[in-house]
Amino acid sequence: MSTTAPTGPAPARPGRRSSVRLLGLLVALAALAAVAVLSIGFGARFLSPGEVWAGLWDPASPSYRIVHEMRLPRTLLGLMVGMGLGLAGAIMQALTRNPLADPGLLGINAGASAAVATAAVFFGVSTFFGYVWFALAGAAIVTAMVYAVGGGRSATPARLALAGAALNATLYSYVSAVLLSDTDSIDRLRFWTVGSLASADFATVERLLPFFAAGLLAGLLVARPLNALSLGDDAARALGARPSLIRVAVIVAVTLLCGSATAACGPIVFIGLLIPHMVRPFTGPDLRWLLPYTAVLAPVLLLGADVLGRVLGSPGELQVGTVTAVLGGPLFLYLVRAAK
Amino acid sequence: MTLATLDKTRSIGSRVGVRPRAVAVGALALIGTFVVSVFGLGTGDFEIAPVDVVTTLFGEGNPAHEFIIGELRLPRLITAILVGAAMAASGAVFQSLVRNPLGSPDMLGVTNGASTAALAVVILGGTSTQLSIAAVAGGLAATLLVRLIAGRALHGFRFILVGIGMAAILTGISGYLLTRGVQMENARALLWLTGNLDGRDWGQAVPMALVLAVVLPFLLLACGPGLRILEMGDDSASALGVPVSLLRNGALLAAALLISFAAASAGPVLFVALIAPHLAKRMSRAPGPNLLPSIAVGALLLTGADFLAQHALDDQTLPVGVVTGLLGGGYLVWLLTTERRAGRI
Repeated sequence: MSTTAPTGPAPARPGRRSSVRLLGLLVALAALAAVAVLSIGFGARFLSPGEVWAGLWDPASPSYRIVHEMRLPRTLLGLMVGMGLGLAGAIMQALTRNPLADPGLLGINAGASAAVATAAVFFGVSTFFGYVWFALAGAAIVTAMVYAVGGGRSATPARLALAGAALNATLYSYVSAVLLSDTDSIDRLRFWTVGSLASADFATVERLLPFFAAGLLAGLLVARPLNALSLGDDAARALGARPSLIRVAVIVAVTLLCGSATAACGPIVFIGLLIPHMVRPFTGPDLRWLLPYTAVLAPVLLLGADVLGRVLGSPGELQVGTVTAVLGGPLFLYLVRAAK
Repeated sequence: MTLATLDKTRSIGSRVGVRPRAVAVGALALIGTFVVSVFGLGTGDFEIAPVDVVTTLFGEGNPAHEFIIGELRLPRLITAILVGAAMAASGAVFQSLVRNPLGSPDMLGVTNGASTAALAVVILGGTSTQLSIAAVAGGLAATLLVRLIAGRALHGFRFILVGIGMAAILTGISGYLLTRGVQMENARALLWLTGNLDGRDWGQAVPMALVLAVVLPFLLLACGPGLRILEMGDDSASALGVPVSLLRNGALLAAALLISFAAASAGPVLFVALIAPHLAKRMSRAPGPNLLPSIAVGALLLTGADFLAQHALDDQTLPVGVVTGLLGGGYLVWLLTTERRAGRI
């Protein structure tokens, strides 16, 4: 788990290496499509892939309503949230040069959820569109704090993670204190504080989209300058990059991605940590490959966890936040053990 | 000859030895605890003057005061003192073992183990005795798991990371448990999870006192000096004759016992285990875990926080965990900025 300087394409047969990576990306896209079909198919009534296809396009099909009113919004939301959290984790890791930077572990998602709890209890906000501004503000504050703590060279991964854990604990205790003052909001927000896709509808997806798209664009655009920045500020400047501008862009992107994802479905941990780690062996540290891979595979994990939660928890469901914590946690422990 | 004896006396002196600053910190914190206690015992629906509180405590008060203080207010106060002391001692040992001021049992999954197990009991509708047993068992089990998964290197970042991972997993599980209960149970569960001292009686204070009576002497006499040497590094410590792994495991077990029982008595009150040892260390400027000053500061912190929780708002009482959570948040921000500047975090 160390960040090394980007190796760039190997001098020998560079074309072949990137064609392998391109092929891998196609495989990942196929996996994403498969999980999306599963996510639309699973539920109280199982739909076969054929029915899913018909339900998507043919208004006369009997599955059209199930697909469009319930399962498609949920799948789209999972897609966006997974992509956002994965990407946010990957660029945070690159910016802080810290392999453990994850928006969940570092408290960014908890910051957004503390702000949402405040909005719900003290200001009576109850819609996504109201939540999202608070969530963005909370995420921005914590991102800036985390960066202030972890951006320097002195912070080791363990220390940054510990600072994040302490922030998480503070914010979590704040959320429960706020919820305790109002029994109704405990009931309203308890699913949300776990991280759940269950309340998805098209309105939420539509409102999430602009924030998500802006964050995605910013996140993908910083790939190349962040690569330069990983050589150090001086080298990056010599290559024509502007370090402070890049940092601001990354913080804006992380805020947009994490804030909107958390406003939509609550704090979810480990997605942003695990996927970049799992794809790095294939892509190397070059962000121009790492980020697209992460963006495709992170929603595979999130949607997969959501499907698993629906299968394991039936007739009800396990919240996706629980599944990612219980599945992702051991993977995280494995990564920690595997590193020396 | 002189040099050798001088060396020897100095090392013995610093081992048993009295550090004036540390003693002063401990004494001040104890006096503070006493003052807060007297005011805490006197304040409430029925006000009792501080002088009367003190005379009642020494057994000279009138029967009405004796009933109000002895039966109603004292059990809660004693629970707060004992729980604060236990949490602080546990935090001091953990911080010394992982060599990081943020490495308290709250952050490393131990408290989460206790609260997840307790939450399961609340959701299943268990009694409060079952809840306490589950909390102790959960805390110990989480410690054991973290220890086993982390492997040998307890001080290294691996133990911290495994602890954080465990805490995140357990947080996910408790979130799931919270979604299973019905509304009233959830309010009760959330109240317990925040940590509070409402309605604590001798039933909570006595087990805590027993555990402290057994574990504290063990920590102070058997572990304290060794832990101080261990902070210089494993190699130096074993060269100086400290049985490193035995000491570590013993201290870890003792600290886990303390924090688990504390969580069983008062709920997982956050940040006392993190702040008290760190404050004590800053003030006493002594190396090592600073057990005695930490314990005194912990007792002061929790009684002070509970006093605030009961009397800060006119119309309602807060769970003490809310007060420590808010205090802890502020302290954390300060800690992160100062310690980072000093390069220790």
